[in-house]
Amino acid sequence: MEKKIMLGNEAVARGAYEAGVKVSAAYPGTPSTEISENIALYDAIYAEWSPNEKVAAEVAIGASISGVRAMASMKHVGVNVASDPLYTISYSGVNGGLVLVAADDPGLYSSQNEQDTRCVARAALVPVLEPSDSQEAKDFVKFAYELSEKYDTPVIVRTTTRLAHSQGTVTLEDRVEVEDKPYKRDPGKYVMMPGNAIGRHVYVEKRMKALAEDGSGFPINRAEYNDPSIGFITSGIPYQYVKEACPNASVLKLGMVHPLPRRLIEEFASKVEKLYIFEELEPVIEEQVKSWGIEAVGKEIFTLQGEYSANMIREKILHAPVEGKAPAQVPARPPILCPGCPHRSVYSVLRRLGIHAAGDIGCYTLGAVPPLNVIDTTICMGSSISTLHGMEKAKGREYIKDWVAVIGDSTFMHTGVNSLMNMVYNQGTGTVMILDNSTTGMTGHQDHAATGKTLKGEVVPAISIYKLCKSMGISHVIEVDAFDTQKLEQVVKEEVARDEVSVIIAQSPCVLLKGNVFPYKCSPIKDACKKCGMCLKPGCPALTMAADGTIAIDDTMCNGCGLCMQICKFGAIERVEK
Amino acid sequence: MTKNIMIVGVGGQGTLLTSRILGGITLGAGYDVKLSEVHGMAQRGGSVVTFVRYGENVAEPIVEEGQADVLIAFEKLEALRYAHFLKKDGALVVNEQRIEPITVVTGAAEYPEHIVEDLEKEHTVYKIDAMEEAKKLGNSKVFNIIVLGMAAKHMDFSKEAWLKVIEETVPPKTVAINQKAFLKGFEG
Repeated sequence: MEKKIMLGNEAVARGAYEAGVKVSAAYPGTPSTEISENIALYDAIYAEWSPNEKVAAEVAIGASISGVRAMASMKHVGVNVASDPLYTISYSGVNGGLVLVAADDPGLYSSQNEQDTRCVARAALVPVLEPSDSQEAKDFVKFAYELSEKYDTPVIVRTTTRLAHSQGTVTLEDRVEVEDKPYKRDPGKYVMMPGNAIGRHVYVEKRMKALAEDGSGFPINRAEYNDPSIGFITSGIPYQYVKEACPNASVLKLGMVHPLPRRLIEEFASKVEKLYIFEELEPVIEEQVKSWGIEAVGKEIFTLQGEYSANMIREKILHAPVEGKAPAQVPARPPILCPGCPHRSVYSVLRRLGIHAAGDIGCYTLGAVPPLNVIDTTICMGSSISTLHGMEKAKGREYIKDWVAVIGDSTFMHTGVNSLMNMVYNQGTGTVMILDNSTTGMTGHQDHAATGKTLKGEVVPAISIYKLCKSMGISHVIEVDAFDTQKLEQVVKEEVARDEVSVIIAQSPCVLLKGNVFPYKCSPIKDACKKCGMCLKPGCPALTMAADGTIAIDDTMCNGCGLCMQICKFGAIERVEK
Repeated sequence: MTKNIMIVGVGGQGTLLTSRILGGITLGAGYDVKLSEVHGMAQRGGSVVTFVRYGENVAEPIVEEGQADVLIAFEKLEALRYAHFLKKDGALVVNEQRIEPITVVTGAAEYPEHIVEDLEKEHTVYKIDAMEEAKKLGNSKVFNIIVLGMAAKHMDFSKEAWLKVIEETVPPKTVAINQKAFLKGFEG
């Protein structure tokens, strides 16, 4: 059989393929994005980018009810958006197998919080499988479909950043074409009105009990008995840290982390002398195990935050830390907007005008950090517009005269559009800036309903953001070139002063999009430079100050956007053809 | 014995491509291999680190402090940031490029002087101005493959195997220049 090295996300996609999945829907979000991108490569699976995770989950639910195997994938905070359908499809159960892949982000590599999807799953009464490497990512997805159909339940496969973005060897198998389940009208199961749901709740509780009982016999829950003096209960990537630091310890490796296989856990606990529970984030396993009267050590010595490691075990349990040097004290290198990024141009204008921005989720969140310092708030997808509206309702119109909401095109289509409807409906007067770079930028350039292309690469009519805003009855919807700083400045001044809702669409494609390159490079004219440093203010990484105080531009980094040239009052920067 | 390799640099310098090449060559040689990468926001000009581990049977996908056999640094401040991951006898391969982080550009921090000289006092350092060499080859983008070529001297694969995996990994149009760049680093 063919062996391949695969990213965790790629292996999840392969699992979906081999399991005979026919429909996949998702909204991009680090660290889950590559699941859909890889699923899209299989002709046998219909795959789409949906505008948000709630829609994606519902698309998968519809496919499941119709009788085919379906998947929805998302990052952990996407599960919040999808939680409305999730909590109730748990009651309805499935027809064709239904799997939701949720990618958690311990360590916050690319997220606004560190929430633990297992807590959501406990509340929603949905089983959770957790693989430990790429091979298991594929295998567990396939097993999840078996469970889903056998126990009439949606199943969550939980990954973390470290699994999703690690590569490991995977043995490929063939796709099994699963026959569609016949569709039979069954309102008692699929129409969740109170009279029906009350009965389904009884079923759901029974189902979870059965899963907990049967789980002790699932091959994915595995006791590895070695040295009985030390035992670990663990799952997912932390299992690998245990194997690395304590290869001779006894380990109960849980592949299903909700519901817990109590019988197996009690048996394991009785056979080891000292029991540790090694789980990242919330003490989900620990609290349940302790509630059964089992003595164990967990969060007393291990943190609730961030990622775990083998060194943590060496230090906290073996008391044998790896000897080494202390890390050097070096300047931090946080992420920044790319050279040539249109967001920088917009922020340089807002900064000059002393405008505050209610921000949103995307590359443009980087407008919150020095030297731009424009964004004051960022909570979640789509929140910028509604947050600004709330401020106005609290403090009055005058209060938001030096405020705007900034939101990207993809995030606007995700949930921003609802907030804009609300602003219009409830007579707000806020100014909304849609930073339209024609893509979902931060997750690596995914299309959406306003780009005119699907996940599978088909060309489709693009929904016009301009017309969408106009259709809400907003009179002032203004499209501006994001790099035309003069025009932008004038438009922003006019619109924030206006006593009605207005939308400024600042357009320029992401500089990293293929084919979008300025045919220029910016170049300093040394003799004309007055060493004022104005061009450095927007923080373009291609610009530095030379030893003599004049400006130097790194021509390998410069993308030729010309923002620095526009800012320089002395004509000391020119744009030359490449 | 598991071999631990780290690739560090600034987001956008091509650490992902380099790790793909490393993954390809280790798998081709029949090893178990695990790689861990950084995607998403940190790739936007932030400090990025990729781990590659290969051997009989690899458990964790990351390299931890004090355990790297080879540290490949595409930028010298990043070499300094991650030098404590090296084993006592580990090899540090560093591209002598200086890319100022935003904290330095805004004046909030200072870029340390004499980084390479200081690292040489404590580690076995192999240095190169790969950007300069890449420009000489006619394509500044392949600087990372020159650095990889230097690091390859401290791993256990033949020149032919490297050239083959480069051919299989990089876009077809760039195979020749990437192979040339690799040899520049590998053969000096």
